[in-house]
Amino acid sequence: MSAARSDVLIIGGGIMGCASALFLHQRGQSVTLLETDLVGRQASGTNFGNVRRQGRPLYQLPLANRSIAIWRQARELLGTDIEYLQRGHMRVAYRDRPDAAERMEAYAADAAHYDLDLEMLSGNVLRDRFPWMGPDVLAASLSAQCGHANPRLTGPAFARAAVKLGAVIHENCKATTALRDGNEFHVVAADGREFRAPVLLVTAGAWAKAFVEGFGETVPLTSRGPNMCVTEPLPYAIGPSVGVSTPETFESVYFRQVGRGNLVIGGSTQNQTYPEDYRVYVKPENCIGQWQQIQRLIPAVRNLAIIRTWSGIESYLPDDQPVMGPSAGVDGLFYAFGFCGAGFQLGPGVGETMAELIATGSTDIDLSPYRIDRFAAASE
Amino acid sequence: MTGHRVIVVGAGPAGVRAAQALVEAGLRPIVIDEGRRAGGQIYRRQPDNFTRSHEALYGTEAARARAIHETFDGLAAQIDYRPETLVWHIADGHVWTLDGEGQHRSEPYDALILCTGATDRVMPVKGWNRAGTYSLGAAQIALKAQACAIGSEVVFLGSGPLLYLVASQYAKAGANVVAVLDTAPFAARIPALPRLLSQPGVLWNGVILTRALKRAGVAVHHGVTPVAITGDAQDGVDGIVVRMADGSQRRFACNAVGMGHHLRPETQLADLARCEFAFDPAVRQWLPLRDGEGRSSMPGVYLGGDGARILGARSAEASGRLAALTALADLGHSVSGGEQSGLRKAIAGYARFAAGLAQAFPWPVEQAAALPDDAVVCRCESVTAGELRAVVNEGGAREANRAKALSRVGMGRCQGRYCGLAAAEVIAAEARVPIETVGRLRGAAPVKPLVAGTAGIPCAPQETGA
Ligand SMILES: Cc1cc2nc3c(=O)[nH]c(=O)nc-3n(C[C@H](O)[C@H](O)[C@H](O)COP(=O)(O)OP(=O)(O)OC[C@H]3O[C@@H](n4cnc5c(N)ncnc54)[C@H](O)[C@@H]3O)c2cc1C
Ligand SMILES: Cc1cc2nc3c(=O)[nH]c(=O)nc-3n(C[C@H](O)[C@H](O)[C@H](O)COP(=O)(O)OP(=O)(O)OC[C@H]3O[C@@H](n4cnc5c(N)ncnc54)[C@H](O)[C@@H]3O)c2cc1C
Repeated sequence: MSAARSDVLIIGGGIMGCASALFLHQRGQSVTLLETDLVGRQASGTNFGNVRRQGRPLYQLPLANRSIAIWRQARELLGTDIEYLQRGHMRVAYRDRPDAAERMEAYAADAAHYDLDLEMLSGNVLRDRFPWMGPDVLAASLSAQCGHANPRLTGPAFARAAVKLGAVIHENCKATTALRDGNEFHVVAADGREFRAPVLLVTAGAWAKAFVEGFGETVPLTSRGPNMCVTEPLPYAIGPSVGVSTPETFESVYFRQVGRGNLVIGGSTQNQTYPEDYRVYVKPENCIGQWQQIQRLIPAVRNLAIIRTWSGIESYLPDDQPVMGPSAGVDGLFYAFGFCGAGFQLGPGVGETMAELIATGSTDIDLSPYRIDRFAAASE
Repeated sequence: MTGHRVIVVGAGPAGVRAAQALVEAGLRPIVIDEGRRAGGQIYRRQPDNFTRSHEALYGTEAARARAIHETFDGLAAQIDYRPETLVWHIADGHVWTLDGEGQHRSEPYDALILCTGATDRVMPVKGWNRAGTYSLGAAQIALKAQACAIGSEVVFLGSGPLLYLVASQYAKAGANVVAVLDTAPFAARIPALPRLLSQPGVLWNGVILTRALKRAGVAVHHGVTPVAITGDAQDGVDGIVVRMADGSQRRFACNAVGMGHHLRPETQLADLARCEFAFDPAVRQWLPLRDGEGRSSMPGVYLGGDGARILGARSAEASGRLAALTALADLGHSVSGGEQSGLRKAIAGYARFAAGLAQAFPWPVEQAAALPDDAVVCRCESVTAGELRAVVNEGGAREANRAKALSRVGMGRCQGRYCGLAAAEVIAAEARVPIETVGRLRGAAPVKPLVAGTAGIPCAPQETGA
């Protein structure tokens, strides 16, 4: 069988892979993308939907800003509505953790240098504007220029837009081996199909490690499943997505109201994943803990019915930063994975940045914090 | 050996017979049921202070109903019975329950016998989202449990034995049944007869029902194609328009419609217990795998009654008991091989009859394909057939969960239990693919909506000092 050829071969059809495919085509590169299942069904399709910049390390803000610029034009770019609502993102601190409020203040001052305007709110002002807020909330940091979107629609929308420009996407096509063969990469799928390209981009999310190691590099990638649920719908009233800023995992709940009216709730403790089966199972104890915690943030939730719970498989690295950029050892090989629970917002910006890097050989975004060889150095 | 902890979910005929077998073996099973009283769907009991007789309530099935109720009452002291308790999740060998007092509990098991029964299988009709449209099951529950009718002029629409049963129960209770509209052509019954004759008694009951309807002056029309349920948002249903077998269009004035096409197994718990499913072409549904003895594909999880296959109440008694005997055998108890093979044989007979019913009262697949674009398919999320077709054509969705992701079909309170099968037909027809390739909507906890506040409130920091 002769192998299909393109300029760039992408393994993994999450938001990273699909956005990269779209922007590579915009830059005139032909792309073939392989996806085990259906595009955007894993982390990119199961996530909470936060399109937030605040709370990220400052050095990540240029990438997050690049991304938000795309989010704002997503409807025009993609030719479809992905339910992006720019209604703000708010982090709150509880009364028994005043230090969290102090950290938010400091962060707001620093973030101002990175085009992120945060408004600090407390007392009557906070409660007048957000009367549903629980009495335990002490202070809030509001970013009016952030928002949230529908993850179920986003990955497939990027994929469709890429296909419209000429990208070839193979769903139900799992890459099983990827090798460097002369000047080309040679990838074989589970069903025997073969693909060749001079450039290979690995955007395989929680499954990227096998490919990285296949090329002789190391990465301590793990995965976990953030726990999600959704309530029955109620009249649309709450604009921003809201999350608790706390060092305690179990307290770290968040929620947003979608246009349809349901509250989507996430956070607190996470589920074990089974990436080899592409499955994650929701643990009832995580749900119960989450439902208890969310009532502290928004007491009215206690009267609402939870109609569904779910989780997704997200990749994590020890320093909570992704791997993004060229391989340290193999020419033509690029990575974008390991987004540590915060990649949905970054997705469009990552796609544009990777396309720029691959097509032009450089990008203004500083990728040094995301180098793959930071782990090689650590293990020596 | 009696220390084994066996949990039965469901106290319908299957669950009751399963519990009985476990008690006979010296166990003290936990029986969890959402209902207020044991009896399940068909032998649903009235609230304590109601006094209608078994004969009045259950007709030809009165003796069976009484036997089930008395058996269960007799077991009371030997089981840990938890009525009004929802199993909302199954994980890591535990069932997770929420009881009527709003208490959450988790309970480990050595064996779990799921006897979760069935719900209505409904094929949408334009206008079925109007107030006054009920499923057949809901119409029957209103009558059995609350002694009230869904309306003062009722049309029953759909197909299957339940259509005739509920209509005749309404007629008998003195309700005004305007018409019974069966989508199956009368002729479909002829080739099904040999199979139906495997349960002559049940077949005869059906004949009696039809006669009773005729005698009560209720018109029964066969081979009917529904066009629309009419009315308005203010007052709900005011009539139903159908195309008769001869091609003419007719309108029946009414203020309530009871509709349904047979039943579908309630498989969410089997799904959460990670049982494997397989497509059954005879009923065009994905069903949990069950071996001849009642085992699911998951060790320790057994399936009884209509929750696994729609084979009816009598079969439910047999398959519930068989599942319990198999669980007992797997746990090392000795059980009678002779009894097991007798039960298997009985179930095979019921299966033959059920196959005859499926043939005589087919699920109207063509109705899904012909559904107008503005007809609602998913009532929880108000997703229309047109919206569903758009995600097939523009979104490329050819699979149930992808269509759900893009359109919200099956994403509401019922999680697709009522719209899932019809939505799959709409998708298959629009994408021109075989129905089995559309797959099934994956189940997710909680099995039914549950109020967040039942999880309790977090320990807020205590105010200290005085
Ligand atoms: C429940 C949850 C909540 C989250 N909430 C947020 C949030 O609110 N905001 C935010 O910014 N981020 C959030 N995240 C993180 C965000 O979803 C991810 O960082 C982001 O989606 C990662 O995209 P990806 O393309 O790298 O991964 P994925 O979407 O997982 O895509 C990787 C793809 O690679 C495919 N693949 C794997 N192996 C192979 C192979 N061998 N061959 C072919 N294909 C393969 C997989 O099938 C998969 O589709 C959340 C994540 C989860 C799971
Ligand atoms: C609406 C309706 C009406 C019917 N009417 C007739 C009829 O008149 N005549 C006839 O021959 N057949 C009828 N059938 C079919 C008949 O119900 C079944 O054949 C028979 O009841 C099957 O017995 P079962 O024990 O399998 O299930 P069921 O009798 O349905 O019992 C299942 C029990 O499990 C409980 N349960 C389910 N899920 C959970 C959960 N998650 N947590 C806790 N408890 C749970 C239910 O509340 C119920 O009590 C009807 C079916 C339905 C759905």
